[in-house]
Amino acid sequence: MDLLSGELEVEKHVKYILSIEKKKDSFESVAMEHLRMNGAYWGLTTLDLLGKIETVDQDEVISWVMQCQHESGGFAGNVGHDPHILYTLSAVQVLALFDKLDVLDVDKLSDCILWLNFMEKNAATFSPCLLDRKLDICGLQNEDGSFSGDIWGEVDTRFSYIAICCLSLLHRLDKINTEKAVEYIVSCQNLDGGFGCTPGGESHAGQIFCCVSALAITGSLYHIDKDLLGWWLCERQLKSGGLNGRPEKLPDVCYSWWVLTSLILIDRVHWIDKVKLARFILDCQDKENGGISDRPDDAVDVFHTYFGVAGLSLLEYPGLKAIDPAHALPVDVINKIFFDRK
Amino acid sequence: MSSDEEEEKRIPISERKEWLDVKPIPQDEGPNPVVPIAYTDDFRETMDYFRAVYLSDERSPRSLDLTTEVIHLNPGNYTVWHFRRLVLESLGVNLHDELNFIESIAKVNSKNYQIWHHRRWAAEKLGTEVAKLEHDFTKKILSLDAKNYHAWSHRQWVLQALGGWEDELDYCQKLLEEDIFNNSAWNQRYFVVTRSPILGGLEAMRESEVKYTVEAIVSNPENESPWRYLRGLYKGDMSSFVQDPEISSMFLNVLKTKSNFVFALGLLLDLVCHGFELNEEFKDAIEPLRSSYPDPPESNFAIIICSVLETIDPLRSNYWSWRKTNVTS
Ligand SMILES: [Zn+2]
Repeated sequence: MDLLSGELEVEKHVKYILSIEKKKDSFESVAMEHLRMNGAYWGLTTLDLLGKIETVDQDEVISWVMQCQHESGGFAGNVGHDPHILYTLSAVQVLALFDKLDVLDVDKLSDCILWLNFMEKNAATFSPCLLDRKLDICGLQNEDGSFSGDIWGEVDTRFSYIAICCLSLLHRLDKINTEKAVEYIVSCQNLDGGFGCTPGGESHAGQIFCCVSALAITGSLYHIDKDLLGWWLCERQLKSGGLNGRPEKLPDVCYSWWVLTSLILIDRVHWIDKVKLARFILDCQDKENGGISDRPDDAVDVFHTYFGVAGLSLLEYPGLKAIDPAHALPVDVINKIFFDRK
Repeated sequence: MSSDEEEEKRIPISERKEWLDVKPIPQDEGPNPVVPIAYTDDFRETMDYFRAVYLSDERSPRSLDLTTEVIHLNPGNYTVWHFRRLVLESLGVNLHDELNFIESIAKVNSKNYQIWHHRRWAAEKLGTEVAKLEHDFTKKILSLDAKNYHAWSHRQWVLQALGGWEDELDYCQKLLEEDIFNNSAWNQRYFVVTRSPILGGLEAMRESEVKYTVEAIVSNPENESPWRYLRGLYKGDMSSFVQDPEISSMFLNVLKTKSNFVFALGLLLDLVCHGFELNEEFKDAIEPLRSSYPDPPESNFAIIICSVLETIDPLRSNYWSWRKTNVTS
């Protein structure tokens, strides 16, 4: 990896991320409005990995994040929108980046996460979905404060991951019956060793990341056939060095994240050619204006810039902060959360 | 309707008489936002009116029309879809019309989670009567992109919740005829063979499926999907796998072409590790694939296979050399 050192355009990527706010009237910013919380997480985590998080005003960011919080406890993608579990995780991650999780009412928020997860599963039968209704009305909450297994059934494994990751960051995994959650995730495992979004769904690297990370966070990786999954994952590397997310699909920088994290968590990352992958990611940089794209010569965006930089961090590219593959936050941030508790 | 046409025809909401009583509510972006949002004028105006009806919880026909407009401008907004469902329920709208609306949006935005979420909500409300309609819908989306993950998920959900299994194997067959490399179609085939209530399960289907898969492999041995499918067909029954003469001749067939044999050797390695005995014909087929001849000569064919794979599949050479260390002589 040292051979490639100096090829990452750190300054330009920082400039690119900071410039996104200045691009008024671009189509992307209009379309991004409702998921600005995700955008903030991608941009800020990238800056932190690059060692440049101090270039943003943390008080402004936090005050905006808190304005996105709904009275139920969950977070919206932007001020004045509805809370959603996708944005709630991003908001928690952003607060964690600034070591500000203590501003949260953790119990209220973790109840809300379970509630949002339940709604995600039941949107079809459970309506109108009123956020101010209490969980105990639905008979979900048991007397001891834990939640019944129902909320895990038939839910896309993405949401299982989000709830587990979020609760883990909040030290509230005890709120759920992790055994049930794990049982459901394991039922989504396919014969090729991978995971789909529901039982029988096609194995997909993004979904595998969610399942493997959720199993890692709950200490349940022993359910995985690591050699079989590891082989499927390393088959994702193509001659260009890039990774795809399913057989016969094109390589894409974002799969550097989904595939690499999974390989690392099951301890099989040495089965791919890491230098070739780093080469592929570096070739996706816009060397003039900063930012990283999905494939060489495509247009850059903040999503792929994050996945490119995070992928290089997982490959131990020199000069980057290390990132925790399961929680998707820098390792020093994670260490603070789990080892420096006051 | 092209977006150009739409833009030309659009009358600003503030100039429409049915909206005169509503005061639009602009987005509050907070002080100096991190990622400030820029809007086109039309979009800004529509969202401002949407915010007004949303905050006053006005579940009226004009609110429904407004959500239609917003969704056309930006189908990714979770809140708008959520509010639309509330309005649809309150007004008791015929959800068949809603299915048509979703279809028009999905054709241009087929990878948007909200659309599929909404579709499932409507289909679940309508029940088994729409099973066929739903299968036709996913077929249309898959005809534009045969690997659309959302469409496949929805299709699997419809099969299990609303039915319609009868034609599913034929449908997989058709998609694989169009593109034998379509991994999604192979996955669906496995889903049908193992879960369909009318086919009798994996055991009953194995013979015909093996025949089909072996043909697919022999014509394109570089295709990863049928190799994995074949392993799936013999799930939990390695001994039948090892003993099937059809499998033996498939291997020889592929190896003798001396090209695209990585997957063949990979599977053969697994079978050898499970007790498959290589006869002389196999050994003769593997021999010319070797490029290194260690001294003293290697006689364990599992190790020979690993060495060949290390050379011809350099990206994964660490994997194959790890396999080599696991071979027990
Ligand atoms: Zn991508």
